[in-house]
Amino acid sequence: MCGIAGILNFSEKRVDPVLLVRMVERIRHRGPDDFGIYTDKRAGLAHARLSIIDLGAGQQPMHNEDKSLSIIFNGEIFNYIELREDLIRKGRSFRTRSDTEVILRLYEEKGEECVQDLNGQWAFAIWDSKRERLFLSRDRLGVRPLFYTVTEDAFVFGSEIKSIFALPNVSREIDPIALDQIFTFWVSIPPRTIFKNILELPPGHSLTVHRKQIAAQQYWRLDYAEGSMNVGSVAAHEEQYVGELLDLLVDATRIRLRSDVPVGAYVSGGLDSSFVTALVKKFTETPLRTFSVTFDDAEFDEGSYQNEVTHFLETDHQEVRCSCEDIGSVFPAVIWHTERPILRTAPAPLYILSELVRAHGYKVVLTGEGADEMFGGYDIFKEAKIRRFCAAHPQSTTRPLLFRRLYPYQPYLQGQSDAYLRAFFHVRPHELKSEFFSHLPRWELTSKLKMFFSEDIKSQVRSHDGYADLRSTLPPGYSSWDGFCRAQYLEAAYLLPGYILSSQGDRVAMAHSVEGRFPFLDYRVVEFAAGIPPHLKMKVLNEKYLLKRCANGLVPPSVMKRPKQPYRAPDGKSFFHGSQPEYVDVLLSSDRIQQDGLFDSLAVKSLVQKFRQGRAIGVRDNMALVGILSTQLVVEQFVRNFGDRPFYAEHRAGTASVCR
Amino acid sequence: MQNIEQELRQFVVDNFLFGQPNGHLSSSDSFLDKGIIDSTGVLELVVFLEETYRIKIQDRELVPDNLDSINNLVRFLERKLQHTS
Repeated sequence: MCGIAGILNFSEKRVDPVLLVRMVERIRHRGPDDFGIYTDKRAGLAHARLSIIDLGAGQQPMHNEDKSLSIIFNGEIFNYIELREDLIRKGRSFRTRSDTEVILRLYEEKGEECVQDLNGQWAFAIWDSKRERLFLSRDRLGVRPLFYTVTEDAFVFGSEIKSIFALPNVSREIDPIALDQIFTFWVSIPPRTIFKNILELPPGHSLTVHRKQIAAQQYWRLDYAEGSMNVGSVAAHEEQYVGELLDLLVDATRIRLRSDVPVGAYVSGGLDSSFVTALVKKFTETPLRTFSVTFDDAEFDEGSYQNEVTHFLETDHQEVRCSCEDIGSVFPAVIWHTERPILRTAPAPLYILSELVRAHGYKVVLTGEGADEMFGGYDIFKEAKIRRFCAAHPQSTTRPLLFRRLYPYQPYLQGQSDAYLRAFFHVRPHELKSEFFSHLPRWELTSKLKMFFSEDIKSQVRSHDGYADLRSTLPPGYSSWDGFCRAQYLEAAYLLPGYILSSQGDRVAMAHSVEGRFPFLDYRVVEFAAGIPPHLKMKVLNEKYLLKRCANGLVPPSVMKRPKQPYRAPDGKSFFHGSQPEYVDVLLSSDRIQQDGLFDSLAVKSLVQKFRQGRAIGVRDNMALVGILSTQLVVEQFVRNFGDRPFYAEHRAGTASVCR
Repeated sequence: MQNIEQELRQFVVDNFLFGQPNGHLSSSDSFLDKGIIDSTGVLELVVFLEETYRIKIQDRELVPDNLDSINNLVRFLERKLQHTS
């Protein structure tokens, strides 16, 4: 796992190596073991390396014999052994055992179609100097990041935006449209990022640059046509699905253990990570170390379930305890890594957890990410199902009682009267017709946060229609898919790469040079899951039904039976607890809010007041506080004082003590 | 009651609209329809009513008919205060 960066000059002019060094310096956390740069008459490539496979000989940039092809690569190709054997049979010779060379040779063999053969998580760039073509690619689901921009005289790219900002002629400005999207969907819609003119290569896409021509193409997409056709198919297939899925998951896990360094696993206490851990323990010989985060706050803590899992599976286990103060103290650093506003603090404990993993000498962890999206685990799927069920008989007074089955971890919702429960989940006629039916309640709730926007931002985004933006990126056939599949798609295509795998995944793990691997996101598993009939994913209201059948007997029975609890962390109160961090006062002060111009200073002041008085308990208030504070941190650390990071420096001394 | 209506309005504007009048909040506007209140909002409202007016609100009274607009709140509160006095 590594970081990559590069510059392609539009005219024939050698890239200044100093610029490349500056770019890669910004992302050294991604690859502290080694770094390398390469320039020719037009292109410059830089690479920061974290050695995982072929420790001695995997240096990058790597070239072919005549140096006409050069590659820099971040990620892992898990089927590289099979691909390598296949290429050797075809007469290709290899100088290293690395997966990097496999991509290079495969590109020689197949050109840009090579990505179709790869099973892995990647962002790479190949400079083909003969054809004067730069080829960039990003993995199917967006595990590894890749950003780019176009300046007056060059195409510039990097694993993280901060490497692009290392160039003096790149401007750093907040994009109000992206802010509007994040305060609706929780993510900006790729290729848009929170910064104007900085673009993200969307998951499943490649990009070629030839002189000034830049063309992106989608080489893979998540498709639910088959799953939608299988709606209501007979139960006889169920056994077959269980068998095939388990085989696939075993293999997806097995190839993710390919590494020349030891591999660990995260254990959350939920089904997905327990299942992954069990797959490693029961189907491979790999000695396994597990890691978890626990919370002081009982509302969020899953420590007892984690203990059950680690005892049941007999793993060597380490944990780190996270308090509200810890979250408050690491938050500026977290935002330095996420490089975008977020509405939840949940990435912060994972940042602390990756520090623990690294402190124990581990570079690679397996996690359960992706299972909820692919196998139907989230409450938003259940909510949509109940809302449809209620809307079919709007007069029914008993159907809405099913809403009590939702969000069991939200005490304030559970305390509502029947009448209010009905009102909160009431389906309005226009919603039933919407292609976003499942997600409208979430997006409408989130959109309320825009009341905090300044008049200036409000006027800039007034004519903007986020739903239209999203609609324009939907795949063909989407509107004919089953409703459950559409909801899955919205989670998997937007929130998964834009938040779960980035802010909560790659960025906070790589902050401490730790690489996550996700068996549920093996594309074979993903494609198989997409073809499973929706009624087997969620059987009536039993979420992840088919996956649970696969996991039966492999994980502790209590973990199978427990209600689904999404991973969450204390939000707003983290910033108003005990010794309050200085940056909160500074960045949320009326002066600063007015200067930065994104939010309304009076409204922010009343919100802060509500938190200080301990009265802000709602989801909306908490999302608003975290969203505003993280946006202010993005402005502070990227727009105002890029690279100075005074608040970031402040916390570094403190967190080591959190580990035990 | 004029006073109570003003106090209630002030609370709703401060607490749920963060000082922003958000257009004109009319006394008959439904908090639910206008998206002013969410599930915790109902409880925040109840805590405010109980503390400010020293009343006790029963679970069965937690319904939109009592709480979902300034008018509903005023009516509900009048009834409650008569009972206690």
